[in-house]
Amino acid sequence: MRREKIRALAPLEQPRSDQELRVRQLRARDLLRGDLEDEELQKHVEESVLATRLEKALNWGRANAMFPATFGLACCAIEMMSIVSPRYDIARFGAEAMRASPRQADFLILSGRVSIKMAPVVRRLYDQMLEPKWVISMGACSSSGGMFANYAVVQGADKFMPVDIHVPGCPPRPEALLYGFNKLQRMILGHPDPGWRSRYNAAGTEEWAREEAITTGGVDEYREARRVAKGAPPPPPDAGAA
Amino acid sequence: MPDAPGLELIAGELNDAHPGSVLETYHDRGQACLIVDPGQVLAVLGWLRDTSGQEYWFLASLHAADYLPAEPRFGVHYELLNMARVERLRVRAALDDPGGDDLPELDSCVDMFPTAEFQEREAYDFFGIVFRGHPDLRRILMPEEYVGWPQRRDFPVGGEPVIFTHNEREVPRWYE
Repeated sequence: MRREKIRALAPLEQPRSDQELRVRQLRARDLLRGDLEDEELQKHVEESVLATRLEKALNWGRANAMFPATFGLACCAIEMMSIVSPRYDIARFGAEAMRASPRQADFLILSGRVSIKMAPVVRRLYDQMLEPKWVISMGACSSSGGMFANYAVVQGADKFMPVDIHVPGCPPRPEALLYGFNKLQRMILGHPDPGWRSRYNAAGTEEWAREEAITTGGVDEYREARRVAKGAPPPPPDAGAA
Repeated sequence: MPDAPGLELIAGELNDAHPGSVLETYHDRGQACLIVDPGQVLAVLGWLRDTSGQEYWFLASLHAADYLPAEPRFGVHYELLNMARVERLRVRAALDDPGGDDLPELDSCVDMFPTAEFQEREAYDFFGIVFRGHPDLRRILMPEEYVGWPQRRDFPVGGEPVIFTHNEREVPRWYE
């Protein structure tokens, strides 16, 4: 019986062709027969057993034991509270432990309108969360400014922080928020829902926030402006009227 | 609520005590309003609070309004309440817009009604009306370094245009 020379694939590399898949199958056969040598054996184990499976196990653990950091800003907070109630139980997904501290939280449910005064605060708390972290923007106001198209509300939390899932509604029903949470879980597990893009042949049309569009929230500028405002004399001449 | 003749009586007595203070009276839908010269606002409020027949001790609300394009442009409204008789009276100080970069000014009534402290800060924050003698006049609802007086009639509403298919190409950076 002639033993083929087996080429090891790099860890996590998906076989690009049937031939590579065949190679992997043969290596698995050799493993079972006890014919693989030390180095090849090690590589095989690394690749097929440890790395991929471990990552999947990690993601499964992350998705099923998420700690929400609840940022209840406005009316959507009421619906967010109701998903902890027994009727729309979020405990069945493992996420009922809502952590007030950003250091202990996995993902941020941004529920409610974000005013321009509050935006740097939200960004600061988001920056204090530890990786990996996700953001669910709950409701119309945090997704796009909602009904408040005015001078005081940020038109969408996308403007200053990256958001993974938007849940529409005013407020979204608790079931809608749970659906958004499930979508986030599938995203974490590694098979994100393509949604309407799979039905409309629009696979590559996602828009991701570019780095220059996401600022740090201008925290340093805000602080500098606060300092100047405190030290400044009473009212500056009006620049915007008449 | 002083009825129309009662309002005229009040205006008459007030004009006797402080000549030239009341410019007009206004009685509509059961609400009485005195339109007052802004330079004598403190005298008017003091008279209404201290005179034994009037005794409007309670300042229910102090708010400003922009009447653009009517002149005078700004009105600072003092909603007074007499708790014993349950009568409400409104005093409007009719302020002109000085134009350019100057802000309209008025005397602060914080010494008479301590509640006016926050309410005058709100009038300053949204209309740019400066209250002389206020202990700490700064913005209260908008961020401290905000530029502009949002509730003035010529201030833009703000927000972003909603992107529909018919106007998506005209909105700047619509693809974001």
